[in-house]
Amino acid sequence: MAMQTSSKASYRWVVLQSSLKKLNPAEMIHNPVMFVVEIGTAVVCWMAWSAVGRSAVGYDWTIAVILFLTMWFSTLSESYAEARGRAQADFLRRTKSSTKARLLDSEGGTTLVDAALLHQGDRIVVEPGDLIASDGVVLNGVGSVDESAITGESAPVLKAPDDAVTGGTMLLSDRLIVEVTANPGETFLDRMIALVEGAKRQKTPNEIALTALLAVLTLIFVLVVVTLVPIADYYGPRTTNIPIMVALLVCLMPTTIGALLSAIGIAGMNRVSLVNVIAKSGRAVEAAGDIDTIILDKTGTITIGNRMATEFLPLPGVLVDQLAEAGLWSSLADTTPEGRSIIDLAQRTLGLTSPPSLSGEPVPFSAETRMSGIDLSDGSRIRKGAVSAIEKLVTSPIAELKVIADLVASDGGTPLAVSRDGVALGIIRLKDVVKTGLTDRFEKFRMMGIRTVMATGDNRITAEVIAREAGVDDFIAEAKPEDKIHLIQEQQTSGRLVAMTGDGTNDAPALAQADVGLAMNSGTMAAKEAGNMIDLDSSPTKLLDVVMIGKQLLITRGALTTFSIANDIAKYFAIVPALFVTVPTLRGLSALNIMHLTTPHGAILSALIFNALVIPALVPFAIRGVRYRAESAAKMLVRNLFNWGVLGVIIPFAGIFAIDRILGLFGMG
Amino acid sequence: MSIQTMVTWIVVLGGLAAVAKPLGIYIVRVFTFQPTWLDRPLDRLEDRLFQCMGIDRDSNMSAKEYSFSLLLTNLAWMLAAYLALRWQYHLPFNPEHLRDLKPTLAFNTAASFVTNTDWQAYSGATTMSYFSQFAVLSYLQFVAPAAGGAVGIAFLRSISGRQLGNFFVDLTLMVTRLLLPLAVIGTVLLVAQGVPETLKAYLHVHTITGLRQWIPRGPIASFESIEHLGQDGGGYFAANSASPLENPTAFSNLIEILSMGLLPLGFFYAFGAMTGKRRFAWTLIGVAGTFFIGMLALVYFPELAGNPLVNSLGLHGMVNMVGKEIRLGLGGTSLFETSSMAFATGSVVSAHDSYLPLSTLSFYLGMFLNVVFGGQGVGILNMLMFVILTTFLMGLMVGRTPEFLGKKIEAREVSIAALAFLIHPALILIGSAIAVATPLGQAGIFNPGPQGLSEIFYAFASAAANNGSALAGLKAALPFYEVILGVVAVIGRYASMIAMLFIGQSLLTKRSIPESQGTLRADTPVFAVVLLGSIVVLNALTFFPIMALAPIAEQYLMLAHHLIR
Repeated sequence: MAMQTSSKASYRWVVLQSSLKKLNPAEMIHNPVMFVVEIGTAVVCWMAWSAVGRSAVGYDWTIAVILFLTMWFSTLSESYAEARGRAQADFLRRTKSSTKARLLDSEGGTTLVDAALLHQGDRIVVEPGDLIASDGVVLNGVGSVDESAITGESAPVLKAPDDAVTGGTMLLSDRLIVEVTANPGETFLDRMIALVEGAKRQKTPNEIALTALLAVLTLIFVLVVVTLVPIADYYGPRTTNIPIMVALLVCLMPTTIGALLSAIGIAGMNRVSLVNVIAKSGRAVEAAGDIDTIILDKTGTITIGNRMATEFLPLPGVLVDQLAEAGLWSSLADTTPEGRSIIDLAQRTLGLTSPPSLSGEPVPFSAETRMSGIDLSDGSRIRKGAVSAIEKLVTSPIAELKVIADLVASDGGTPLAVSRDGVALGIIRLKDVVKTGLTDRFEKFRMMGIRTVMATGDNRITAEVIAREAGVDDFIAEAKPEDKIHLIQEQQTSGRLVAMTGDGTNDAPALAQADVGLAMNSGTMAAKEAGNMIDLDSSPTKLLDVVMIGKQLLITRGALTTFSIANDIAKYFAIVPALFVTVPTLRGLSALNIMHLTTPHGAILSALIFNALVIPALVPFAIRGVRYRAESAAKMLVRNLFNWGVLGVIIPFAGIFAIDRILGLFGMG
Repeated sequence: MSIQTMVTWIVVLGGLAAVAKPLGIYIVRVFTFQPTWLDRPLDRLEDRLFQCMGIDRDSNMSAKEYSFSLLLTNLAWMLAAYLALRWQYHLPFNPEHLRDLKPTLAFNTAASFVTNTDWQAYSGATTMSYFSQFAVLSYLQFVAPAAGGAVGIAFLRSISGRQLGNFFVDLTLMVTRLLLPLAVIGTVLLVAQGVPETLKAYLHVHTITGLRQWIPRGPIASFESIEHLGQDGGGYFAANSASPLENPTAFSNLIEILSMGLLPLGFFYAFGAMTGKRRFAWTLIGVAGTFFIGMLALVYFPELAGNPLVNSLGLHGMVNMVGKEIRLGLGGTSLFETSSMAFATGSVVSAHDSYLPLSTLSFYLGMFLNVVFGGQGVGILNMLMFVILTTFLMGLMVGRTPEFLGKKIEAREVSIAALAFLIHPALILIGSAIAVATPLGQAGIFNPGPQGLSEIFYAFASAAANNGSALAGLKAALPFYEVILGVVAVIGRYASMIAMLFIGQSLLTKRSIPESQGTLRADTPVFAVVLLGSIVVLNALTFFPIMALAPIAEQYLMLAHHLIR
C-alpha cells in the first residue's frame, strides 16, 4: 500500500507523546499485568521518597527508574505499532478530504458538492482526472480507472456499467455516471482508515482469553510475593525490603507478553492491510488461522481468467460454418471473456473482419438454466450452454453430442453445446489453463492441515481433470450457487471452519455463510458487503497470506508468553539467593547463586534490567510476527518450543550474568 | 538398593499399571450404565435406594445443580459428624467411656473427614469411641471419596459429549459398585494378616515382665481397608499404619499400598475409556507415573545416604532409619510414603518429621502438584486442569485457537482453569502467612529454625491438598489450627471440583472440531514432556520461595554441618 510518512521527527514526537499518555492509570487498567507494574512503581517511588536520608535511597530510586522504563517500553511498543498504521490512515484521509463531487440533479445539471455529503442513491458525474468521490456502481459509460491509491496496482482497470467503483480512485479517461452506494462514514475508504488506525480495535476472543490467563498468573505472583513478606519475618523482623520485593514481583510477572500483547494485535492487523486485504474485524483474521477447509472457485482462482474457445466440433451432418455462425450469434450479447473468445474464433473461422450487429432478443445466462443465447428477429432461437442443459432442450437427443462432449471433457476442456431451434449443432471446446505456482500453494495448505475444495459449474470429468492438474484435495462439479452453501453448512456442522473467496453477487450468501469470506475488490458490491474481508488486488490465493497472518498472530502470542514464563527460572536463581543474605540461618541459600553474580543488590538490579530490556528486544518479533512455516502441528510445536521455551530458560541466565558484569564495570554491582 | 526393595517396587508399580485398564473399563461400564457382573446382586438394592431418594437412574443435572447437590450433601454429612462427635459420650458403643470432643476439634475432624483429608488433631485410641470410629469416621471414609469420584465421573461424562449425570446416582454407585465390594476384599485380606476386627473392649493384659498393660483394639481391619481404598488416610490409631495393629506385615503393607493406588489409576484410565482417547490416558498415566518414580527416588536415596551430620562424625553407611519401622525397611517405607503422598491418602508408616529435608521435598511435591494420580476422581480432574492450561499455551504455538478433545478453549475455560489452579497455592501461601505472622499460629511451632517453618507449610499443604499427613512437630491440637486447617481443607476440596464441573459443562455445549494435520495432538511423547515441564515450571514458580526458606535452607545448613537448636 502506498504509504507516505511525514517528517520523521514529528512522527517520533507523536509516538512519544501517545506512549506517555498511555501511562495514565485509567488507560493502563485494561492491561492487568502492566497495571500492577504501575502500582509497584508508585509504591517504590513512595518508599524512596518517604525514606529520604536513609542509606539505600539511591538504590530504591534506581529500582523505581527501571520499573518506570519497563512500563514505558510497553506503552512505547503499542504506540509504535499504532503509528505505523496511522501513517497509512493519514495518507488516506488526505485523499478523502480533498475530494469534490459533481452531483447530478433530476434535470441533468450538476452541482459541485463535498464528497463527505454524498448519500446512498445520489448520482454523480465523474470526468477524466476526477477522484471518484464515493463508492458506487457505474450506471453509464465505460472508462479506465486508476485504483493505485487503494490497491497499489498501477495498471488502470476498465469499468463498464454495473461495475463497482471505489471512492478515492481516479478516472483516467472518458466519462462515467455513478450511483453512490455508501453513506458518509461508511465508505470503503472510511472503513480502511478506521481499520489501519486501530481506532475501532476490539480485543479478539483469543486475546481476551490470554489476557485472562495473564491476569491470573499475575495474581499468583502477587500472592507469592506478598505472603513471602510475613513468612520471611519468621527469621526476624523486616527480613525483606519492600522495593526489593516489588522488583521480585515485576521480574516474575509475565511482563514481556503483557507489555507486547496489544502491539502484537495492532501489528497483525497492519500486516493484513500490507498484503492489501481489508479485514472488517480482528476476529476474522484470527478465525482465518483456524480454517480447516477452503472453497475456491475454479474460474478466475484456479484457472487463468476464463476459458477460451479453441475449436468448433460440429455433429455429423452439420457444417463447421453453421456451428460457428450459431456460436457467433449466441455470443453477440455475451460480454464475458468466454463469449468474446467464441466471437473471435467464429470470426476467424468464417473469415469476417468485424462481428455483425445485434438483431434480436438476447437471453442472458442464469445459474438455474445454465445457458444463454438469443432469439433472432427472424424467429430462430439459438442457445449455448452446459451439455446437460442443451440435451434437455433439444427435441431429438443425439448420442453423438454426449460422445463429443465427453471427449472434450476427458481432455480437460469444457464442452459448450450449441443448439438452434431445438436442434443440437455441436460442441464448442473451451479450454482452461491452470495458473502457475498454484500447486505449490495448495501443497502448503495441505501441510497446514487445510483441505482445498474446488467449486465449479463444469461437469465431473472436466472438474476432475482441472482438480488433478491444480492439486486440490476435492471438488464439487456442476455446482449451483446453493450447492456452495450446502457444502459450507455441511463442513460447518462437522465442526470445520470454512473459508471461501468469491466475487459475484450469487456468491454473496455463501460468503456470508462462510466463517471467513474473502471478497474480491473487483467483485460486486453485494459480495463485498457479505464477506468479512476484501482483497484489494482481487487475487483469490491471497487467502493463504491471511491464513498465515492469523496463525502467526496466535504463534507470536504463545511464543512470547512461553518465553516470558520460561525467563522466570533464571530470575529466581538471581534473586532468591540475594533476598535473604542478611539472615544467618539462610546464608546457605547463596549456593543457589549459580550465576556467581557479584553482589546481592547487583543481582536484583541485573534481573530487573534484563526484564525491562527484553521488551524492546522483542518488539521486532511482536511487529513482524514470529516466523511461520507451513508444516505439521507436531513439527511446529517442537521448533517453537525450542526457540521460545528452551532458549527462554537459557537466554536470561546469560543476559543477567552479562548485565551483572557490566554493572560491575561501573562500580554499581 | 537391595534386590528385595527392587522386586517390591516393580511388583507394586507393575501391579498398579496392570489393573488401571480393567478397572478403568469397569468404572466406565458402571457409570455409562452398561451391564456388569455386579448388576444381579445390586440392581434391586440400588433401585430401592433410588426409589427412596425419589430419583431416576438416568436423570441429569446441570453443573450448577450437581455442585449444589455436592455441597449440600457434604454440608449435611459434616453437620451430622460434628454433632455425633460432640455427643459421643452419650452415644452407644463406647465401652471405654471416652468423652465428648470439644467444638473446634469436632469441627476440624468433621471438616477433615468429609473433605477426604483425614487430618487428625487427636489420638484415636484415647479420643474416639467405637461408634465414632465406625459410624462417623468410617462412614465418611466411604462417602467422601465417593463424592470426589462422582464429580470426576461427571466431568469425564461432560468432556466425552455426555450429560453430567445425577450426583446422587453417581454417589450411590461409587459406594455400591466400587468402594464396598473392594473394601470387603481388603478387610478379609487384612484380617488374614492379623489385623483386629472386633467391637469388644480394649484388652487388659499382664505382661511377662509382670506389668499391666491395655491393648486397644476395635473394628480396625474394616477401617484400615476403606482408609486406603478411599485415599482417606485417617488412621485408627495416632501412629496410623506404623502401628503393628493396623499394618502388621510386609504383605499387609503391600495390600495397603495397592488399595490406595487402585482407584486413582482406574480413574486415569477411565478418562481414556470414556472419551475414546486411550492413548491420551496412557500419556497422562506416563506423566503422573514419571512424577511418582521421581518422588520415590527423592525419598529413598537421601535416606539411604544417611544424615550428613551423622556422616560427618565418621559413621558412614548409616541409613537414616529414625522414625521408621524396621519390619518394613527403607524400601517398603519409601514406597508406602510416596504412594500415600502421591494418592493424597496421608496415612503414614513412619514419622515424616524425622525425614531429611531433601526427602520431605518429595512429600511436598506430592501435595503441591496434586496430580500424581491424586485422590480418586479429583486427581484426574487436577491433571486435566493442567492439560487445559498447557494445551492453551501450546495450541497457540502451533497457530490455532487451542483445542482440548476437539473443543475450543476460550476465555471462559482458561479463566476458570487458571483460577482453579490459583486456589491451591493461595490456600497454602495465605494460610502459612497468617500462621507465621500471628501469635496464635506461632504458638504451635515446636521445632526451631527451618524445620519449624516447614511444619507450618506442611500442615497447610496437607489440608489444601486433602492429604491429611503431618510433619508432626506442629502442635495441631490448638483451636487456631483446628479451625483454619478445617476451613482450608473445605475450600481446597470443593472450589476446584466445582470449577472443573463448570468447564466441563461449557465444553459440552461447544461444537466439536475434527482433527487434522494442523491439530496439536495430545497423545504423543512430545506433549507428555511439555505437560510435565509446564506442571513443574508452574509449581516451581509458585512454591520455590517458601521451599527455599524451609527444607532447602535446612538442607544447606546440614551440609554446612550446622545444628539448629
